[in-house]
Parts: sequence; C-alpha cells; structure tokens
Amino acid sequence: MAAALPAVALLLGCCGAALASGVQDQAEQFFRSGHTNNWAVLVCTSRFWFNYRHVANTLSVYRSVKRLGIPDSHIVLMLADDMACNPRNPKPATVFSHKNMELNVYGDDVEVDYRSYEVTVENFLRVLTGRIPPSTPRSKRLLSDDRSNILIYMTGHGGNGFLKFQDSEEITNVELADAFEQMWQKRRYNELLFIIDTCQGASMYERFYSPNIMALASSQVGEDSLSHQPDLGIGVHLMDRYTFYVLEFLEEIHPASQTNMNDLFQVCPKSLCVSTPGHRTDLFQRDPQNVLITDFFGSVRKVEITTETISLDRDLTVFENELPKDELATEPLKYADQLPVAQIIHQKPKQKDWHPPGGFILGLWALIIMVFFKTYGIKHMKHIF
Amino acid sequence: REELLLRPLPAGDVAAAFQFRTRWDADLRRGAVSHYRLFPKALGQLVAAQGVRELHLALTQGFWRTQSWGQPPLGAPAGAELWVWFQDSVPDVDKAWKELSNVLSGIFCASLNFIDSTNTVTPTASFKPLGLANGTDHRLLRYAVLPREVVCTENLTPWKKLLPCGSKAGLAVLLKAERLFHSSYHSQAVHIRPICRDASCLAVSWELRQTLTVVFDSFTSGQGKKDWSLFKMFSRTLTDACPLASDSKVYVDISPKNKEKELLEVTPTPTSVHEAVVQGDKRTYAVYDLLSPSLFNSSRSLNVQLKWKRPQDSQELSTPVLHAQRYVSGYGLQTGEISTLIHNTHPYRAFPVILLETVPWYLRLYVHTLTIITKGKENKPSYIHYQPAQDRKRPHLLEMLIQLPANSVTKVTIQFERALLKWTEYTPDPNHGFYVSPSVLSALVPSVIAMKDVDVEESPLFASLFPSSDGSSYFVRLYTEPLLVNLPTPDFSMPYNVICLTCTVVAVCYGSFYNLLTRTFHVEEPSRGGLAKRLANVIRKFRGVPPL
Repeated sequence: MAAALPAVALLLGCCGAALASGVQDQAEQFFRSGHTNNWAVLVCTSRFWFNYRHVANTLSVYRSVKRLGIPDSHIVLMLADDMACNPRNPKPATVFSHKNMELNVYGDDVEVDYRSYEVTVENFLRVLTGRIPPSTPRSKRLLSDDRSNILIYMTGHGGNGFLKFQDSEEITNVELADAFEQMWQKRRYNELLFIIDTCQGASMYERFYSPNIMALASSQVGEDSLSHQPDLGIGVHLMDRYTFYVLEFLEEIHPASQTNMNDLFQVCPKSLCVSTPGHRTDLFQRDPQNVLITDFFGSVRKVEITTETISLDRDLTVFENELPKDELATEPLKYADQLPVAQIIHQKPKQKDWHPPGGFILGLWALIIMVFFKTYGIKHMKHIF
Repeated sequence: REELLLRPLPAGDVAAAFQFRTRWDADLRRGAVSHYRLFPKALGQLVAAQGVRELHLALTQGFWRTQSWGQPPLGAPAGAELWVWFQDSVPDVDKAWKELSNVLSGIFCASLNFIDSTNTVTPTASFKPLGLANGTDHRLLRYAVLPREVVCTENLTPWKKLLPCGSKAGLAVLLKAERLFHSSYHSQAVHIRPICRDASCLAVSWELRQTLTVVFDSFTSGQGKKDWSLFKMFSRTLTDACPLASDSKVYVDISPKNKEKELLEVTPTPTSVHEAVVQGDKRTYAVYDLLSPSLFNSSRSLNVQLKWKRPQDSQELSTPVLHAQRYVSGYGLQTGEISTLIHNTHPYRAFPVILLETVPWYLRLYVHTLTIITKGKENKPSYIHYQPAQDRKRPHLLEMLIQLPANSVTKVTIQFERALLKWTEYTPDPNHGFYVSPSVLSALVPSVIAMKDVDVEESPLFASLFPSSDGSSYFVRLYTEPLLVNLPTPDFSMPYNVICLTCTVVAVCYGSFYNLLTRTFHVEEPSRGGLAKRLANVIRKFRGVPPL
C-alpha cells in the first residue's frame, strides 16, 4: 500500500502532466494562426438586372461574414449594380437567395462601400494595394496590416484568365497575381483566402506566386459555373450553385466552431454543382486541416480580462469651468431673405478678374503691328505721331 | 425633437414626413469642441473641419407630382443633391467642397465622390442661406446634383444611425426599409444650419434636421384600400417616445375640404387639435403627443388609423399655385430642345420666380435660341445670369428671374446640340442615356391667408424650415423632372472587330506577297523509304528489276 501510493501519485502526476500539456496544446492551437484582425473584400462585378444572382452571391457571403463577427468597418463591399431598389424588383429593398423568398440577404443593416459606377478595375486594385487618393473616406479603404487575414470573394462573368467588370473592362489573372504580390511586399496581409465564383474560375488563381494564399474556385478551366434556381416571382436566377452550397455550409458555422478548410473544399461535389470546384493550397504554409473556417470568415478579438480596479479621474469640475463662454452678438442676428427681388435685379455683374491678353490675341496683335511697320517703315512714324 | 406628419393626398395616397431636429447650443465655428452628446460626432467634426456654414444633402428616389399632390413639404430633386454655404474664413472653397463630398460619400454610402467641377455650379441668386447670415457672398456657395444616384437601404442605415435614439425608440422605429422603399417617392435629407438660440437672437445654436418624406401608393397601385393605418403603411406601430426627445408628436392632417364637416375619422382620439397656416393655407391637424402619459394608458402601442366616412367621389383637386414641368423634344441624335412650362394658377396675383438650370457640358446650349413666352407674348426676365460650359470642366448655368402674370403658363425653351464624348468617357451602360439634373424654381408665392410670425420653438417643425419674412407670401422651392437624353453612342465592339479584320487582311495580303517574293523552289531527293521498302529494293536489285 505504501509502495502503491507513490506509484499512484506518480501515475496521477503523469496524467496531470499529460492533461496539462493537452490543455496547453489546445491553448496553443488557439493562437496558432498568428493573425490579429480580419478583413473582407467582397466584389460583385456585373451590372444589369439579369445578373441578380451575382449580387445575391456577394450579399450572402457578406451576410455570413457579418454574422460571424467581422464588423462593417472591416468589410469593403463592392456591388456593381443596385438590385434591391431596381425598378424591376417586385419586392423593393430585398435581395433573395432562396426561391419562394425565404432568405433576404440584403437585410436592414447593409453598408455598401463601392456602388454602381465606382466598381472598376482601377478602384479594386487601388483598394487592394492601398494606393488610394488621400481624400477617400475610411470606410472605402482596406486598412490591413501584416497580421490581418483577408478574405477576397469575387463573382461575375469570367473566362479563361480574366474576369469581366461591368461589361466594359476586364481584370486578368496576371494583374491579380501582381496585386497580391504588391500586397505581400507591403506586408498588407498575413494570410489570404481567395474565392471566385465565375465560369472557368480556376484560371484566375493559376498565376499566383506570393506566399500564404489559399484559393478556391467554382469551376475548372473549360467549365462553366451554373446558376441554381430561378424564382418565377422575380423572374431571374437567384444564386449560383457554388455559392448557394457555400452559403448553406456557412449557415451552420458559428463563431466558435472548429470546422476546417478541408470541409470547405468538399462543399460542392460535381453531382450538385455540375462544374468541378477547384482549390489551390501549395502557396499556403499551414496544412488546410489546421485552418479554421473562422480564421477567414469570422473575426478574432483578443480579450484580456483583468481583475484589478482602475480609478478614473473624478476631477471633472475643473474641466467644465474651462469651457469658453460664447460671445454674444451686440445686436440680434437675422435670417437671410430668401428671394430679395430688388437686390437680385440690381445685382451688379461680378467683376471678372482682368487677365492680360495672352497667347493667341497677343500673337495676332504682334503680327499686325509687325506688318504695319514693315509696310510703312519706322521712319514714317514721326508722321503719325 | 421628433415629429411625424401624415397627410392624405387627393388621389388616395398618403404622404408621411418625418422630421428629427437636434439643436446644439454651442458654436461650432469656434472649433475645439470635444464633447458631443446628441449631435452626431461625424457631422460635427465635418462642419468644424471644413468651415461649413450650412449644409443640405438630400437623397431622393422618385418624383413629387406637384400637380396632383400639392406643394411638397420639402422639395428635393431626384437623385442626390448637395448644396453648401462655406464660412468666409475658408481659404480654398473648391478644395473644401471636394473633401466635403468625399467624406459625405463615406458617411452616407452614396457615390458623392462623383461630384466634381463638371457638375458643380455656383448659383448667384437662388439658394440663399436658410440659417443665420450676415452677408451673402455667392462665391461661398456650391451646388451639385447627381441625378443618377440610387437610394436604397445602404443610405438609410447610416442616416438612421445619426439619430440620437437610433432606430430603437421613438418615431424612428417606423423606419423599416422594406416598406419605405415600396413607395412612389422616398426622400431623405440632412440639413445643418445655424439658428437663433432664443427669441432675442443674440447667440447662435446649431441645428441638425433630418427629414424623411415618403409617399405610399398602396391605394392607387391597387393593392389596398383607401383607409390606412400606421401598421398597414410601416408594418410597425409606435410604442414609446424617444427618451432623449423634448418633444415627440404625430400630426395627422384632417383639414376639411370645402368647409364641410369632417369626412374622415382618426382613431384613437388625438390628444389635441392644432390649427396652423401652412403654405398659405389653413389646415387642421390632429395631434398625438407621445410624451403625454395618457396616450399609452390603454394599450402599449399606438396605431393611428384613418377611415373615410363617405366614399370620395370625384373630389376636386385643388391645384397648387405654382407647378412646373420640363421635357426634351426634338428628333435624331444631333439637336434637341429643352422646354420648361411654369404654371401660375393664382387668379389675380403675379409673383416672380427664379429658374435655375444646370445642363451638363455635353449638351451644348444655344443661348440665342432662348425664348420665354407667356400668354403668347414675349416675357423678358428681370435678371439673367448665364455661365457657358467649358468642355469637361464646367456645366452650363442659367439663372433667370421671371415675372409670372396671374393665371398663366410660361414656356421657356432653349435649343441644344449633342456632343460626342471620348470613348473612355462613356458609362458602362451608355445606351441607357444621360441625365440632365432637374431645374430649380424658387418663388415667393402669395398665400391665401395671412400668416403671422410664429415662434420657432412652439410651432411644429414642418412649419419652421423656411424663415418667413412677411405674412403675405411663403417661400417655395420646386424641382422639375430630370431629363434623360441619348447621346450618339459608338459601337463599343468596333475596336475588336477592326483589329480582327485588319489583322486578317494584313496577314493574308502581306503574307501572300512575302511568300511570292521570297519563296524559292529546289529539287528534293526522294527519301529512301522505310525498312520494308529498302529490303524490297535490295531484292529487286538482285533480280535486276528497277527499284520502287
């Protein structure tokens, strides 16, 4: 018995150590991905009412991403046309993803950063690389740093090696790869997940060469991505197949779920999607098995809980006395007269600033004077004056 | 203060106008303000940083039919309209204007960053400041309209976030996007201006008014009955007032027509009845004060319902005193004519109106063809200001002060020629057409009943936006329709076609010539053939027969 006790103690100690190392393992896994914030850039590139499904695709990804925790300030949403308030929409301010109008992905709390004509290749590349004109508001910028995980989702009409923007311009896979390389060189991302839902989508990720990029596409080169189902009330196809099944998959994810990327790769088999979804993970350093869905679709906030008390400054009275008193006018101010007819009629025309005559007029006069003197000669000047 | 005005329109539609007013007793011009309570910080910082004296931004979807609905409570043109008066201390007004429009486009999720010099004008007589002003140097005013702008939930969401109570309490709970955009007219606006702090008007306060006007057309589009209720219109009812509001009221217009006894009945019973002279006409309002404790005694929610007692048969529509239409005429893709018809239906009073037209540079106006005809005779404007356009830099600006005789129709016509744009300047959908922004009519319309000076704090909000100077007329600003004009559009597939054709022709012709000139012919040894053939030749040589 006496000998058994230390043996039991040793065993318990070992178990304890094992358990502790198990807990530590779990804790380590929580921090393994190495990112501190999440961003999302969601782009729909097609215009016109019959491309309703592309806007519905983008909005359903927007909805999932917002639901899983990424705030609006970290989402750059680009929609190339307005479907919700389109005059052809029988139910205004809604965009549905399921037929029979089950799920309104437009919702009540949507913030679109780039609208209609602003969605151009130039703006998209400027957002990615950060070369934005200085007066752009914050909500239109991608302010990521080297610890951000970015999700980029693009949908629209595409072909072998290009994606069509708004029926008038294209972005090629080479340009996209170069933009990602610029982002890598400026350390604008920690890891990047690129999802594309267009025809021949796999051609868009063929040319990537920067590290830490994982890419998914809805179809291989030579295949078309197909749309899911039309709604007879609205009259157009509501969603594309790949994004429809991705949405169904994401609806089951909650912020604490442990599903990893391998499940996302299996989302739409050929039997459901008709096209073969593809993915590319060779540039990614971690094993997709270890990458959580919420690493890209959700948002990680590190919260530190402290139990010590912090005392706030109670000295507010001093501050209040320092507020400057407003100056009072000496005589009452008045409102402007809205239509002062007499004043308008007698308004003097604004004096245009006098500019010295330039260019053409000066040259013309110089020519005239030269011809004059050539004709009559300088010595005749005294007869004139 | 918050307020909702419900007005049944003659055709059976209902107009609902929300106004939320936040008054801040501080002087934003002084800067160094750091404590924001009810006034939203985003707008306060913007006003202080850009040196703004007055700001008016309106986003509208639809068109207010003045002829059938009467004067609008607050007019707004279709699309986005932004006009700003700057302080005289601003060094570079154009730069401040550009930065202001960019910041506002971020706040309101609208493409206001498309406002640049090609659609900004500086009016010289219209758009006088609505707030306190000691001088009106029009060089500090900028005005721009984007007629193509779409208004949807993403514009409503940040607008709602600027309200002190958000959309969680008070009248703003009624603002649900799905019902608001299912309407024939939706207009939301933000107005910031300095006002008198009290009656003596010695100190300045800043006022932020957020207005939202909606016209529901469920009756005229055949989807509902003429009786309406708050629940039918908004799919919500009121539960309480905003706790931060000093005043929270719902006004229902129950003015009797033709001085008959009431044709309509509102339930539940209103807390009071208010009479006011609004837009020159005496109107009666049933008032529901959400802050009075008696209102929510019986039930937790307030659902105002209106029933028509007698069926309305061919009710005479009282035409408003001033209304206007605009249209473009002509044929082909080269020339055209813009015509504006201004109606003055007052039986005996004439009044002046300022017409402001902004035409984009690609419609080249010919001012020598400008004609103004009233009752068959030429009508010379008392004041005319024309600023011609510069290609790709500035639009046309035409401002005229026209006297409208009583009971007349004035027709203003001007001819234009369409320009050809460079192929990169076309929008992705050029065959839709190009919009011409609505023209603005500002007038002091004589009122039927004399109005007395009202105290700004006591009167309802809808009566106090335009400062009235004298009691005999009231100020009205109307907008006409935007115009849609087709420009000559090239075939955008032509570059591709041309490249294919040219390359084919060059390849065929040049290739043939090159071959003809450089191809040489030489004799070639026949090949020895495969193994079988060689063996056969060897056997044949032995036999003495000629080889294969």
